[in-house]
Amino acid sequence: MPGRRAFLAGTAGLACALVLRPAAATPESMLAAIRALTGGVAPRTGRVRIEVPPLSENGNVVPLTVAVDSPMTPAEHVRAIHVFSEKNPDPRVLSVHLGPRSGRALLSTRIRLADTQTVIAVAELSDGSFWEQSASVVVTLAACLEELPS
Amino acid sequence: MKARAAALARLALATLLVTALPRAVSQAPGEPPAGKQSGYAWMARETRAIQDDALANPGMLSVLDGEALWARKAGTAGLACADCHGDARLSMKGVATRFPAFDARLGRPLNLEQRINACRTERQAAPALRYESRDLLALTAYVARQSHGLPIAPPADARLRPHVEAGRAEYLRRQGQLNLSCAQCHDGLADRKLVGNPITQGHPTGYPIYRLEWQAVGSLQRRLRNCMAGVRAEPHPYGAAEAVNLEAYLMWRARGMPLETPAVRP
Amino acid sequence: MSGRVLVTVPRTARRGEIIEIRTLAQHVMETGYRRNEVGRPIPRDIVRLFVCTYNGVEVFRAELHSAIAANPYLVFTTVATESGTLAFRWSGDNGYTATESVAISVT
Repeated sequence: MPGRRAFLAGTAGLACALVLRPAAATPESMLAAIRALTGGVAPRTGRVRIEVPPLSENGNVVPLTVAVDSPMTPAEHVRAIHVFSEKNPDPRVLSVHLGPRSGRALLSTRIRLADTQTVIAVAELSDGSFWEQSASVVVTLAACLEELPS
Repeated sequence: MKARAAALARLALATLLVTALPRAVSQAPGEPPAGKQSGYAWMARETRAIQDDALANPGMLSVLDGEALWARKAGTAGLACADCHGDARLSMKGVATRFPAFDARLGRPLNLEQRINACRTERQAAPALRYESRDLLALTAYVARQSHGLPIAPPADARLRPHVEAGRAEYLRRQGQLNLSCAQCHDGLADRKLVGNPITQGHPTGYPIYRLEWQAVGSLQRRLRNCMAGVRAEPHPYGAAEAVNLEAYLMWRARGMPLETPAVRP
Repeated sequence: MSGRVLVTVPRTARRGEIIEIRTLAQHVMETGYRRNEVGRPIPRDIVRLFVCTYNGVEVFRAELHSAIAANPYLVFTTVATESGTLAFRWSGDNGYTATESVAISVT
């Protein structure tokens, strides 16, 4: 991910992977992305559980599991889970669409985090309500940066 | 930000060297630290889980690529690896534990990648695959996977000895702007940390590895080049004699340790 | 361009059982935010969509962004309703598609 590892940048004789620092998302832009999803309503806190390592060895691969308490019946289920990040260049991480045939509202994946930051999961329920939970991840910086393989 | 990170890393390294010097000199030069441990031992639970699950380890995608290539005809000889070597699960079992190996015809040791390329050019009459190319990594990973769990067993070949010794000298040689040898960190400072990253004993037990930093599979040669860049030395070209010697020494140093290919490392 | 995919689904299940499906797709997931060694931006190249259908009916869909790690890994569940086929389709930038299908026997 961009902009944070530069131990070797500028070393003579090395083609260092130059890193670009794009405009990072901010807590405000993340909130705006969430509001765009919910139609301006602030999600309620709860019902959503996030499992993510509090300390990540490498921001390129951070395991993430999101689970939502729901019976997952035709009458009462989770329609979607959306994941957002506070400081990545784009606050959107992923959206998954579920239904009663999912059996459980459960998702695991691996995400990228550009820096130490907060991750928010928002669940969209069949009754139209939104629920959220957040988690903080400390991302360890790699000590060295290498050249791109030629 | 960049300057701060660089200064921090250099300061951390300098501090480590000063504080760890007594321990570093108490060891025989170039000998593995007592109680050899794979880099796996220093990994977080989550990273270990990625390696341990063959159905979730992204390195396995490369192994599967290699399996397909093994059976595919290449070159003007119209031969696939499988046409000579048959079922790799049988014929390649244990092979990767014995590389680099001395090639009598060329009069020098070849690592596994070079052995595969020698097969391509000599037997298949196909062009050699580029270092770090998807296909060379895949074939190497597939062959090495057949030795998963088997102990590293460098051949007791007198012709290989001088190369292992040259590799040991390379391992002990101070180099780069930071004037550091491999041994100073990986024997002397193993188990310490460098800007939050554990310093491991540097055993090549799982190559090709899937490295989270690379977001891809890569060879031991790539990792060695990365290390050399880290001490600000000019990295050896891929497959250079010095680099293969170093590889031969590192495999000797890691003898007896089980092969983990495809290992996952941060 | 298409890549290799690895899908894990139980071969058999009881009717009504919730089964776990794991998928791993070979893809660089180039973010579009990096530059190459001569400073030129590397264009975005990501998987944007993953869909799982069960006997032709969509049971799971994921929209991915640049923050999904290289070689996208997705684990989700579905209810084993009947014997048939689970089909998986990944699609993304530069015409990327990959497909896989797995038979399941439900008793």
